[in-house]
Amino acid sequence: MSDTFTLDGREIPFEPGQTIMQAALAAGVYIPRLCYHPEFKPHGSCKLCTVKVNGRHTASCTYKAAPGLQVESNTEELNTERRTLVQMLFVEGNHFCPSCEKSGDCQLQATAYELGMMSPHFDHFFPDRPVDASHPDLLLEFNRCILCSLCVRASRDVDRKNVFALAGRGIHSHLIVNAASGRLADTNVALEDKAVQVCPVGVILKKRRGFAVPIGQRTYDAAPISGHVQGSASLTEE
Amino acid sequence: MSFNLETAENPEKLRRVAIDPVSRVEGHGKVTILLDDQNKVHQVRLHIVEFRGFERFIQGRPYWEVPVMVQRLCGICPVSHHLAAAKALDRVLGVRKLTPTAEKMRRLMHYGQMLQSHALHFFHLSSPDLLFGFDSDVARRNIVGVAEKYPETARKGILLRKFGQEVIRHTAGKRVHGTGAIPGGVNKALTVAERDELLKDIYHIVAWSREAVHLARELHTSNPALYNSFGIFRSNMMSIVGNNGDLDFYHGNLRARDDNGGIIFDGVDYQGYNNILEEEVKSWSYMKFPYIKSLGKDQGWYKVGPLARVQNCNQIPTPLAEAERREFVDYAGGTPMHAPLAFHWTRMIEVLHAAEVIKDLLHDDDILGSELMTEGVRQQEGVGVIEAPRGTLFHHYQVDENDLITMCNLIVSTTNNNQAMNEAVRHVARRYLHGKEITEGLLNHIEVAIRAFDPCLSCATHALGKMPLEVELLDAEGLPLDRLAKNGDGRFCASLGLAD
Ligand code: SF4
Ligand code: FES
Repeated sequence: MSDTFTLDGREIPFEPGQTIMQAALAAGVYIPRLCYHPEFKPHGSCKLCTVKVNGRHTASCTYKAAPGLQVESNTEELNTERRTLVQMLFVEGNHFCPSCEKSGDCQLQATAYELGMMSPHFDHFFPDRPVDASHPDLLLEFNRCILCSLCVRASRDVDRKNVFALAGRGIHSHLIVNAASGRLADTNVALEDKAVQVCPVGVILKKRRGFAVPIGQRTYDAAPISGHVQGSASLTEE
Repeated sequence: MSFNLETAENPEKLRRVAIDPVSRVEGHGKVTILLDDQNKVHQVRLHIVEFRGFERFIQGRPYWEVPVMVQRLCGICPVSHHLAAAKALDRVLGVRKLTPTAEKMRRLMHYGQMLQSHALHFFHLSSPDLLFGFDSDVARRNIVGVAEKYPETARKGILLRKFGQEVIRHTAGKRVHGTGAIPGGVNKALTVAERDELLKDIYHIVAWSREAVHLARELHTSNPALYNSFGIFRSNMMSIVGNNGDLDFYHGNLRARDDNGGIIFDGVDYQGYNNILEEEVKSWSYMKFPYIKSLGKDQGWYKVGPLARVQNCNQIPTPLAEAERREFVDYAGGTPMHAPLAFHWTRMIEVLHAAEVIKDLLHDDDILGSELMTEGVRQQEGVGVIEAPRGTLFHHYQVDENDLITMCNLIVSTTNNNQAMNEAVRHVARRYLHGKEITEGLLNHIEVAIRAFDPCLSCATHALGKMPLEVELLDAEGLPLDRLAKNGDGRFCASLGLAD
């Protein structure tokens, strides 16, 4: 008999060492998230997964489950805060869904729909970073990076390559490519790399594939992101 | 070069009237008229602010994004840009011939677009003027008024448009901002269920399209004094024509005729469009003025769109529309018809043709096929041309070895008609406004002339026939003496400040 905690009034069993996020996922309960991926060490940076544990805000992807915890997640208050976080991500980058090839497969867009975001609310920053198209098969569209560091973790921990890194601090953080030239073509990145599969938004893209999947057959056309709780499928499948 | 009424002798002595939509979005139009003390017209100019920024904006973007991105260019016919861009990029991929499924899906999308756009412009925007009169009661001169007085006409017009939008949804995935065409082919075919859903209605659609031609013909032939002369000017005409000189909206070679119908050029591969066309810049207009190089600026301008296409082709390859074309040609008396209001009649002939083509495509099993893409040998450059609802549309791109766009040049239908629309507006101003006290009804005559061409003006989409206008009477120093405003709801206020 495993231990349990309470999530929005529901008893959730957990294994020792599991985080609230992991236990919720195993029980099929959706908690919004962007920087967490079941295959990687949590990063705890996007704060979208913030829940209230015994009345206090905390990131559920890093907080260890414990017996008897009272956890709130799907509340008006928390979802409003999450919506604001997503709105800020939208205006910091260039996320023009109608003309973005990741539309329908993008976790940022799907999360915005899930949270009922109707408009970006804030003024757009309109960053203007040039794309890196140097690699014959991959394109980097830096203006869409949400700094989740998944590609950094995947490249370092799985591919053992360190192709990507986050540089700068605070509002100046940005994605860089680890090559003297700064160009993707001058790294040893390969199409099969985990780092290439993992971007939740439309930064790391296989070239010449955009829009090949018709509207109606994309990841989130049939079911919203909360319907993909097991998560890893939507994160890794093409 | 200056055309009659394009530039006044001594403009500083004249009053200025500006017809200016209130909303300042891309692609809006404005007419300025200079009047003297006796309200005599000295200068008339139609200025259209084109969204040129796009050609720069798209540079540095990956080529496969372009057919989706370009749909932001126009709220009325995004599908035209979508397809013209896809065609240009087919060439960049070295693809000259699509799979039958891909070509037919794109055609289906395009003819659906033709149907919805033409229906919108005829029924929603133009029929109120044509049915009630150009200076009829402004409160009734709109689609709501048409629905009250002619409920069946309005209902069928609305359903024709809806059907066109459904065709787009099934071929592009969405009514607006779809993704169906991709460089080298399409991303989907129709499912049997989608085809059957469209088939269910297509026979009504053909029948109603036929009624629409008859309505437009009736309006024209019952008032020849007005319809044959309103805003008339003579000009060359240009379009693409398909195999054997067929009317074809999706693909063909360029053909131009002079004002008597004589061929200027024919069978020209549009990849070389810049060998035969040139664009002139004029200081007073943001929009360029294209002309046929061999004829020069003064003689080489032309008109495009339904009136040009229906008279440029040898025949229409569907029987009902062909019968209507013959009737139109007979009415014109064996010489080209140049009257702008004849755009409406020919526009409805095209609606009928589009409906017939859609019907045939829905009966063709290729649209259910699974071969969607073709590959070729990569090139650096490509031109895509289609006949958009408003006329010939050119997209031209260069793409570097990293797959990014390095050059984009567009000639949109409205640009092709720039000189022609200016001529029509000048004719109407001279004939109807000259020496008169300006009223809303008189100014609407100007709008009627512009609407005959059905330009890609955002104001036309936004207000659906209730184009908000600002009319300023300025003194010689350019200071406002008076202002008339027509609100978005069609109300006309004579006093200053009400439009703010
Ligand atoms: S590129 Fe994608 S995966 Fe990498 S940090 Fe940015 S958003 Fe995350
Ligand atoms: S998913 Fe927990 S902080 Fe991002």
